[in-house]
Amino acid sequence: MVKIEHITYAYRRGAGNVLEDVGFDIRPGEVVAILGNNGAGKSTLLKCIDRIHPVTGGTVTIDGENVLEMSGTALARRVAYVPQNAGAMQMTVFDAVLLGRKPYIQWDATARDRQMASGIIHQMGLDAYILRNVSELSGGEAQKVMMARALVQEPRLLLLDEPTSNLDPRNQHDVMALIREEVRKRAICAAIVIHDLNLAVRYCDKFLFLKNSSVYSYGGMESMTPETIESVYHMPVQIVRCGAVPVIVPCPRETAAAVQ
Amino acid sequence: MEQTHIPQLEKYEKFLFRRRLALIVAAIATVVAALCSAGAGTLHFPFSEILRTLLGKGTPQANTVLFGIRLPRIAAGLLVGGLLASSGAVMQCVLRNPLASASTLGVSQGAAFGAAIGIIVFGGGTVNSPSAAAAVTVSNPFTVTLCAFLFGSMSTFVVIAISRFKKSIGPGGLVLAGTALSSLFAGGSTLLQYFADETKLGAVVFWTFGDLGGSSWWEIGFLAAVFAASMLFFLLNRWNYNAMEGGADTAQSLGVNTRSVMLWSMVICSLTASISVSFVGIISFVGLIAPHIMRRFVGNDYRYLVPCSAVAGALLLVLADTFARTVIAPVILPIGAITSFLGGPVFLMLLFKGGVGHGKD
Repeated sequence: MVKIEHITYAYRRGAGNVLEDVGFDIRPGEVVAILGNNGAGKSTLLKCIDRIHPVTGGTVTIDGENVLEMSGTALARRVAYVPQNAGAMQMTVFDAVLLGRKPYIQWDATARDRQMASGIIHQMGLDAYILRNVSELSGGEAQKVMMARALVQEPRLLLLDEPTSNLDPRNQHDVMALIREEVRKRAICAAIVIHDLNLAVRYCDKFLFLKNSSVYSYGGMESMTPETIESVYHMPVQIVRCGAVPVIVPCPRETAAAVQ
Repeated sequence: MEQTHIPQLEKYEKFLFRRRLALIVAAIATVVAALCSAGAGTLHFPFSEILRTLLGKGTPQANTVLFGIRLPRIAAGLLVGGLLASSGAVMQCVLRNPLASASTLGVSQGAAFGAAIGIIVFGGGTVNSPSAAAAVTVSNPFTVTLCAFLFGSMSTFVVIAISRFKKSIGPGGLVLAGTALSSLFAGGSTLLQYFADETKLGAVVFWTFGDLGGSSWWEIGFLAAVFAASMLFFLLNRWNYNAMEGGADTAQSLGVNTRSVMLWSMVICSLTASISVSFVGIISFVGLIAPHIMRRFVGNDYRYLVPCSAVAGALLLVLADTFARTVIAPVILPIGAITSFLGGPVFLMLLFKGGVGHGKD
């Protein structure tokens, strides 16, 4: 169980808070979508949780342990973070995945580290690319490499910053399905910054809306209402159903007015 | 634990073997080049005689030439080449800049300014004849070396102070700060030279050419100790450098204290570079091109790139020195000019072949 409580962060002393009293929790096996306008503080929140940005207040606990007070290595054994555009790494796929074992490596990678890397590469279907440079792969494959690197870290909490940006629709669904499957199989927690509301609805269990540096709403599918979306994104939407799948349809103001 | 997939693991092990092979081949080539260099010169020694001399069974003439002149020169070349190239590889990683080397942070220019102060202000050297390098007298090499080291290191500490004072400056800002310091020191050197008399001016210019010939065995021992200590530091941090290849955020999420690693790596790189430069003068391009050459064989894996760069740097400097000593013997050409002259085309060739960038695997 991951609990994020009262996180507050400002880039500079005296500047306004980018995050203000942000709190939510994630249960094992759950994928939480972090949603909000550009500049709402979504990526900053992930960086604060992983201590890349030092918070000015609040706590993050995983199974009762405050990760903000841990050593860097201990934190890396519990939290894995994949930043935006991480697929530009200039190293082979195997080396990039093996890097995920860094928090466990003393002098050099052991046979077990290499075995774990090879196992997850196989599991992700990346066997054909192990000696290819990550930057030469397609966006979807590179994102899978980053996922493999994060998972080989054996984290309790997975943080992914826009894992589907720059991917075609097919790869977006593949990557999101992979994330959900791995999170459930490993019973770990995941928080994903994502812009595509339909992908979020389809693959995530809970939705955290950030607005004006604070949590606007947090909950399951019941929190994904047209009113919430309009309030956060300043854009009217309709939620329709395509079979059993809810689909969020943007509804420009003139169209909404015409419908009314 | 994930299920092991043996064929992929075997493929990767074979790939790692190729990286190890690159290191072994470069090391063998360096030993062969060093032995050839020991034999080459106005007085030629065959390979068998070099071996006999090294085993303590050489003629008095061979003993004098090899132990007194050539071997100290070769040892200095190996160590300085290794120091400049390994620190260049690490600087290129931590500054995320493929053009980073001792010159980038103003170390070389700082050392040149320090040497100019040592020679002109403290009277550390004069030149008696403008035509012959042998006529240069650095009457107090300790003063010149110490001044070069102090001012070379000063660049480092100014850059580090800037990074501490302005925490958001980032690697790009540090490179710009180094460029500004280089300009400052270059201007200072020019002013000193403008007011210097002809004999001292000659000595300053000669020092900036770079010279491996003046190294004594105690200096070589000191350089060897610095080389061993810096390599140990670099190798202890090789996984941190690999993580930093993925960007600062990725490295931090893998447990790397990126600020600390960058800071200490820069301190070590700049100090080793300023020690090298202060002993032998300005040697350009080795610290820049040796890592780029080895990236073509071992990629951006710093487990192999750091030692391979050190070996390649040693090889390049010994080859350049042998060329400088033999091409129009008995005149010895300035080593710094040779490395720049040969390094420029090599760098351009790498650039056109796509081998220069922050990591081509």
